[in-house]
Amino acid sequence: MDAIRNILFSGVGGQGILLASELTAEALLQAGYDVKKSEVHGMAQRGGSVTAQLRYGARVYSPLIEPGAADIQMAFEMMEAVRYLPYLHAGSTVIVNTQMILPPSVATGRAAYPEKVLDELTTRGIRVIDVDAFTIAKQAGEVRTANVALVGALSVHLDVAGDIFESVIETRVPERFLKENLKAFTAGREAGAR
Amino acid sequence: MVVRASTSNLHRDFSNEPEFSGVQRTLTMTTKQNSTAWMSGNEAIARGAWEAGVAVASGYPGTPSTEIMEYLSAYDSVYTEWAPNEKVGLEVAIGASFAGGRALATMKHVGLNVAADPLFTASYTGGRGGLVVLTADDPSMHSSQNEQDNRNYALAAKIPMLEPSDPAEAKEFLKQAFVLSEELDSPVLFRITTRIAHVKGVVGQGQVAETTVERGIEKHPEKFVMLPAMARTRRVQVEERMRQCRELAEKTPFNVVEDGDRRRGFITSGVSYLYVKEAFPEAAVLKLGMCWPLPERKIRAFASSVEELFVVEELDPFLETQIKAMGIACRGKDLIPAIGELNTAIVRNAIDPQRAPQNLFEPVDLPPRPPNMCAGCPHRGIFFTLSRMKVFVSGDIGCYTLGFLPPLNALDSTVCMGASIPMAHGMVKAAGPGSHDKVVSVIGDSTFVHSGITGLINSVYNGSAATLIILDNRITAMTGQQPNPASGNTIRGEAVQALDLEALCRAVGVKHVRVLNPHDVPECRKVIREEVERDEMSVIIAQAPCVLLPELKLRKPVSYYTNIDNCVGCTSCIRLGCPAISWNPFAEGEAEARGYKKSQKGYSRIDEVLCNDCGQCASLCKFNAITRGEPK
Repeated sequence: MDAIRNILFSGVGGQGILLASELTAEALLQAGYDVKKSEVHGMAQRGGSVTAQLRYGARVYSPLIEPGAADIQMAFEMMEAVRYLPYLHAGSTVIVNTQMILPPSVATGRAAYPEKVLDELTTRGIRVIDVDAFTIAKQAGEVRTANVALVGALSVHLDVAGDIFESVIETRVPERFLKENLKAFTAGREAGAR
Repeated sequence: MVVRASTSNLHRDFSNEPEFSGVQRTLTMTTKQNSTAWMSGNEAIARGAWEAGVAVASGYPGTPSTEIMEYLSAYDSVYTEWAPNEKVGLEVAIGASFAGGRALATMKHVGLNVAADPLFTASYTGGRGGLVVLTADDPSMHSSQNEQDNRNYALAAKIPMLEPSDPAEAKEFLKQAFVLSEELDSPVLFRITTRIAHVKGVVGQGQVAETTVERGIEKHPEKFVMLPAMARTRRVQVEERMRQCRELAEKTPFNVVEDGDRRRGFITSGVSYLYVKEAFPEAAVLKLGMCWPLPERKIRAFASSVEELFVVEELDPFLETQIKAMGIACRGKDLIPAIGELNTAIVRNAIDPQRAPQNLFEPVDLPPRPPNMCAGCPHRGIFFTLSRMKVFVSGDIGCYTLGFLPPLNALDSTVCMGASIPMAHGMVKAAGPGSHDKVVSVIGDSTFVHSGITGLINSVYNGSAATLIILDNRITAMTGQQPNPASGNTIRGEAVQALDLEALCRAVGVKHVRVLNPHDVPECRKVIREEVERDEMSVIIAQAPCVLLPELKLRKPVSYYTNIDNCVGCTSCIRLGCPAISWNPFAEGEAEARGYKKSQKGYSRIDEVLCNDCGQCASLCKFNAITRGEPK
């Protein structure tokens, strides 16, 4: 518990990154860790590239992850899995949602979405766990549970019991979508267990 | 919630610190921590204000300060409001303090420029109830137009300043700031930064403090009426107060020495303290929680106890300049950058480059993903129109500043809140006769109310003929949909009279005021052209609600869709830059194979999930390729 571990969340504004990082932080707190999390609000949230930085351990001072120090990256979009490469190291694990969201320059035909973008990670020896969160969420009965499916995939790689996550989800998601969220979480755990 | 670990020294118990009660009165607050909660800095500050027994809080939204007032409005016992600007907010707080209530004014760093006028004289008057002015600075300009260091205001206004290091400290310090304010009869500047405001951590929860000042209307002309004769007397008081405060700074638990290896000693404050602790956990540290006035004896004693002294602070060499002026040798900005926010790596690498990590991955070249106006944003129709006119667009502060970005590229200046209108006027006066049709100013409803109205009065008074477009989306959108006087409701959602912008423009003397629907792009083109050519002042009010308004998000979504067969690939809709519309290029020979003209390069497609039903693209399409669907 002494060593500090770092989780970098990355994606596109509006994908539910803050909620996913929030569920993770609460589970870690309940497991007894000190946790700090840093977010950026305001202009960046308007469809731009967004990160949340989460650090946990016996005692955390800085709220910011150092370059080369992210143990796990939870990426909600494939290109956003690669954008923060300087934060990763060869031993990092990247859990990535296999979704493509086109940035403005690509959507308007002025640039191309890079092909096989995740190769940028694997060729550097970084472990990549790809998760089709959209399909998992659809099968769970509610497409908006994709971020909880991703939390499921992430949870397998943290030293926190799955039922702690489930109890956090129970307190944080609306009652009427609880069944779908728990289903997505469980399916996400299976998808992330590699 | 069980929290085994905590940042223990950040949970210092001030109730056992008798010297803190300091100068005149006895400390009445107990801050025993009964439990903990997981909170952002802004949420913790709201909690601290409630625990301090704040009576009145007023502010104007501004990243990274906005959520303080939002969280505070959830506490029934605190009167909370959005003011039209930071100056008004601080004046409301000064009034509340004069009436014996503890009062808080919140703002982002640039907001304090607006509120500086009342601040500098409130320094003379003091108040009755504790008065705390919170400034949220934004190093690295995550969501700001500059990165000024507002610690300089404490020095210039001659008031004490507190600076917490994390959410737990933010709550505790804020509570103590009111005690300090009442004891010293001075406003207290409370300075946070983005990495305090938007960081979440474990925060101790205390009880509501008993306040000793009686609330009610009292007259104290000798300190409330700053005519020159009284101000001269108070001016002397200010110096005496700061002398007392310097003594207090020597003893206060805000300023602590953390023992350690004395080969390197650090003086630091705010979030920089956390980076120092992480980069050099073994070193001795003098942590300053009260950064103005400075404890000279304490600094001198610490400096003489270490072999080499480093001052680690974000932005300006505020502490370093003062420490050097004391004649104490130290290193600071010769090593630590003065630009942008710090982090552990920057601090470690600057002071001990040998410990810098090696072989970091270089970034990969990727298409950038800048922020963009939302799908269905009413601003887009106006900026699309302006992008096709040969005019200089004098812009302002808000979501619409994004009109600068490609593919619209339709914003040519942004300086500060409200500047768009006077700047357009000044440009036309300098450029000379006949140039009024070359400049258009653009301002949002909230920014117009904040500080655009006086600029408009000036334009009318001094004969400007430059057109003004007010982008009226009924809300302060950029900071997260806070209501303003033109919205028709308050921070707590109570319905109130909405400011009538059209009537206001007419009342200040604008003869030509036109209201239009910005989603009708051909109409925008027609109206804007007519008004720009007019050789008298005119105002266009583009009225359509922000698509992020909760009531709009709840409605049944209807989307537009592309009739791909009719699309000729003209890219009219693509040039709107709407995130819901994407360009799909044809591969070699694909156009012919799919029955299109050989020369067609691709087609556009609307993502029905992202579409917000504004219809701007359909109003531009001349080929009947975009149709509105049925309600889903």
